[in-house]
Amino acid sequence: MAVCKVSLPHLGNYHIPLSVLFTLGFDIEYIVPPPISSKTLEIGSRHSPEFVCAPFKYTLGNFIEAIEAGADTLVQVAGSCRLDYYGELQELILADLGYKVNFINLAGMKKLDPLSVYLRLKQFNPQASLGRIARVLPLAVRMVECMDKVEDYIRKNVGFAADQDLFEKTHREFLRDLRNVRSRRDLDILYRDYKKRFQDIEVQSPPNPLRVGIVGEYYTIMEPFSNHFIEKELAAKGIVVDRWLNVTNTLLHAPKEIKEKVKPYTSYAMGATSMATISRALRMAKMGYDGIIHVKSFGCTPEVDAMPVLQNISRDYQIPILFLSFDTHTEKTGFITRLEAFYDMIVMKKRKRKREYLPGFV
Amino acid sequence: MKIGIPRAFLYYRYKELWETFFRELGIEFILSPETQNDLVRAGSMHAIDEACLSSKIYLGHVAWLLDKCDYLLIPRISRYGAGTVCSKYQAIYDVVANTFRKRRARLLCCNIEPRTADGEMAAFIRLSKALGRKNAESILAYLAAKQAQKKAQREELEQQERLLSRDGMKILVVAHRYNVCDKFIGEPILNRLREMGALPIIADIAPKKEAVARASSLSETLPWALSKELVGSVAIYRRHVDGIILLSAFPCGPDSLVNEMLTRKIKDKPVLTLIMDGHRGMAGIETRLESFLDIIRFQEARDYGCV
Repeated sequence: MAVCKVSLPHLGNYHIPLSVLFTLGFDIEYIVPPPISSKTLEIGSRHSPEFVCAPFKYTLGNFIEAIEAGADTLVQVAGSCRLDYYGELQELILADLGYKVNFINLAGMKKLDPLSVYLRLKQFNPQASLGRIARVLPLAVRMVECMDKVEDYIRKNVGFAADQDLFEKTHREFLRDLRNVRSRRDLDILYRDYKKRFQDIEVQSPPNPLRVGIVGEYYTIMEPFSNHFIEKELAAKGIVVDRWLNVTNTLLHAPKEIKEKVKPYTSYAMGATSMATISRALRMAKMGYDGIIHVKSFGCTPEVDAMPVLQNISRDYQIPILFLSFDTHTEKTGFITRLEAFYDMIVMKKRKRKREYLPGFV
Repeated sequence: MKIGIPRAFLYYRYKELWETFFRELGIEFILSPETQNDLVRAGSMHAIDEACLSSKIYLGHVAWLLDKCDYLLIPRISRYGAGTVCSKYQAIYDVVANTFRKRRARLLCCNIEPRTADGEMAAFIRLSKALGRKNAESILAYLAAKQAQKKAQREELEQQERLLSRDGMKILVVAHRYNVCDKFIGEPILNRLREMGALPIIADIAPKKEAVARASSLSETLPWALSKELVGSVAIYRRHVDGIILLSAFPCGPDSLVNEMLTRKIKDKPVLTLIMDGHRGMAGIETRLESFLDIIRFQEARDYGCV
């Protein structure tokens, strides 16, 4: 295979650093798959096992969309839950459907020693130079960090902007310009410019705004379509949205020992993202957040197991937690109703608390 | 002092090991009864509604035992040598601790970590230390228990061989042991198969090492040790049986993927997928079993030129 066209399924906006990594680093074309949509989900569910978790369906659907957009090499990642077996089964399903593609399954990579990583990288492009990859990789990593910082700032402020659309427009432009970044210097300049542009947007945040934290499962949190754009919905109600989980905080700078921080709630590590979920929820509860929303795909075992712990945290710290489970339904009404009820509840709770502190205040 | 052992999940795998261990140490233990309706109902009440049926049943057993013993044995396994485990095994101790926090359950963890070579023995020594026993005593008890477990496994395999050499229609039932052995999930199906004149072969009774090694012939990157054993036993037994039933509890995480892989890869034998979800009605299951056996009978008759 001379030159391949590689593609990975979407996860938020992370296709931008990936495409820089592949085009600049490996010197191969990166096909950006069509954005996740109800069509993706429809294609994915049609060919997926019945009660597998939704991310399987999204990624399978997006693979097929990527193939139709011209990709011939697909990459699936590995993880510590069911994700570890996604790759093999998706490869099998695609083969059964008659798609002839080169499927690179990172779950097959048992060891992470330099030699096997290098050989695996060679699969992408036999002519790839290790030196070039080594130069581009830090740039891609830095891009992820910048993106995550920008998105974090947006989540915390967009709810109070006089012009919320301006935030979105600036974010879109930031992502557009990010695509053209070719060096670390470009990136630093771009990041500085946009940081200033974001900070210049007028934000009138009240002295004591509603703060809601989002915790939960990796994919459903990070792919906005799969959670019905929950962050946008919350921001529109004038809420500071805090979400710790992103690629920077997990893959790039994973915290060392989470277990210690969640005592006395759990004695052992509970697997996959559950410990991050619990430790963040506990932290938010201690910091006096107004509410927590637990987001996951239906049947996600590690997150289901974290729920009894979250319920106890909710009782002990008197913090409301809304548990949302997303599957393949794209109907928004039920979701919006629950979100509105939750919002009304935390508003009432906050008012009540204020009255307790300031007698006579209504 | 009385130890309570929930008759669910890993109990079916470690029955002899645990029972002999406590017997050797002279510690009294109590088992929860076989799963019945009210245990399932109690478990479903305590569990998160999305949790798998097997874990709901587990919580039902735990709830039954709570007032009847001093300590509850809740084992935790973070991985096996052959692969990882479903995160349920890693989490179950803390799930129980958090679910029954108000009732102040006193839990005894048998935590098997893979870091040490003799992880299992170390876990048992820690366990009996928590009960105030001396190391030497517990090592002896553990070794005796391990012998008992090995003997039971040998006997089981011999029995399996005898079953396989019998005449008649044989159906391989591929399911986790805690599902297939459970009175509520697996047993009704095994009984129904026997009533219909078929011989159920339990896939989980297999030479484990060979099964794990042969699993890769069907699936290369399968991460879960217990699924590997099952997939490997399909590879071992498929030539000796007439049909394969994939029995699973809703919504089992590993099974949701592994069963799909098996149905796509097994081309030489009829495969039926059954998912048990806690509803009592057996009529739908019976119809499916009946038509499955009919298909096998028709197929065999056709192969012999009778139809």
